[in-house]
Amino acid sequence: MTAFRALLQRDIVLALRLGGGVTLAVGFFLLVVAVFTFGIGPDLPLLAKIAPGMLWAAMLLSALLTLDRLLQGDFEDGSLDILAGGALPLELGFAAKALAHWLTTGVPLSLAAPLLGFLLNLDPIAILPLVATMLAGTIAISFTGMIGAALTVALRRGGLLTAILVLPLYVPVLIFGVSAVRAAIGGMASFTSPFLLLCAISIASLVLGPVAAAAAIRTSWQ
Amino acid sequence: MIRLANPNVFLDVANRFLPWLFGATLAVLAYGLYLALVESPPDYQQGETVRIMFIHVPFAWAAMAGYTLIALAALGTLVWRHPLADVAAQAAAPIGAAFTFVALATGSIWGKPMWGTWWVWDARLTSFLLLFFLYIGLIALWQTIEEPLRAARAAAILALVGFINIPVIKFSVDWWNTLHQPASVLRIDGPAIHPDILAPLLVMALGVTLLFLTLHVMAMRNEILRRRIRTLIRTQVENGVAPGLEQAQ
Repeated sequence: MTAFRALLQRDIVLALRLGGGVTLAVGFFLLVVAVFTFGIGPDLPLLAKIAPGMLWAAMLLSALLTLDRLLQGDFEDGSLDILAGGALPLELGFAAKALAHWLTTGVPLSLAAPLLGFLLNLDPIAILPLVATMLAGTIAISFTGMIGAALTVALRRGGLLTAILVLPLYVPVLIFGVSAVRAAIGGMASFTSPFLLLCAISIASLVLGPVAAAAAIRTSWQ
Repeated sequence: MIRLANPNVFLDVANRFLPWLFGATLAVLAYGLYLALVESPPDYQQGETVRIMFIHVPFAWAAMAGYTLIALAALGTLVWRHPLADVAAQAAAPIGAAFTFVALATGSIWGKPMWGTWWVWDARLTSFLLLFFLYIGLIALWQTIEEPLRAARAAAILALVGFINIPVIKFSVDWWNTLHQPASVLRIDGPAIHPDILAPLLVMALGVTLLFLTLHVMAMRNEILRRRIRTLIRTQVENGVAPGLEQAQ
């Protein structure tokens, strides 16, 4: 458990101190939302209608941008070898890394979303559901993203491939996240059932992500 | 399965069976198409457009079966280290992607007259589109990793993770209220289709499955030969002989 905590702490410190980590993702989030708005035009009622989906999609893209940070640096400086050969099971090590990624990417992005929501004329009722769904959904994004990062870590030009590999796995997260927020605004459908499904996906990814990622690293290094 | 692990034995068996497989595919598909296009009656609601189903449904089934085959082969790669498992998976991926595309395209063409739109974002269609993306991702992974053994294992892990999508496709019409019709052939209380339409559908399903198998065995044979050529070139290069120079001189 000490090793787990040490790894978690190290990754958080690295993400916070190394330039371009957290701020880059949030900045990209802002950029994507702005670009979408420029494309769609300043029609406020229309923006309010599409705001939840747009925020979710933009958040997903920003999180995708940070996936190569999960393992790339460790692979390049050799810490990944040490991690793979250490006493801590690789699965737990990857769980710690994914958790650190969630804390330094998923949480800031989720908290930034309502601020960007003001730009999009987001209904104030939606703010709490938006943050809640994003906090739950970004867990799945970090932990499932681990699989994509592990599969492509040793490749040049791995970044784009990671996106292609994990995006199909992200779509359910996006669908349930957006439908939960929409339900919270519209009031017609239930908020709870898509939100619970979203949580279920995230909980499943807690196990699936590190285990599959560790398997990917192990089998490729044999 | 163990005897077939030897690529030479596999090539032998494949070469012996391929003409038969090819003939059977042609015969069953021809008979199925005759039943589907001529013999079977038009639907009382959908009219003649119901005949699209005889292409659409078998290809969709085969596309899902193809992904299942890849997932099983992935187990073969990771668990039993079967030397041909990766060849089987790699050969199945482009065929599966093409079949998925055919199912999506015919569904779209069928959707226009029936639903009034080419595409709706309902659960069945979306999850099937995801199947297409999964196939594309697998193919991209195989093409990007240069070392065959590592590519095999990486693709196997991705294939197993993506397999979650297959039950989602199957049950999407039951879990969500969709525009796509619910299951009408594989259900607990028996098929809900009239025998006049069910029979050609099943013949077509057999034909398309045979088509998949024929293409798959051919693709596997090509992949084995391709790998053999790659190894030959590599040994030549390692021995200091540049490939292709002999012909030039």
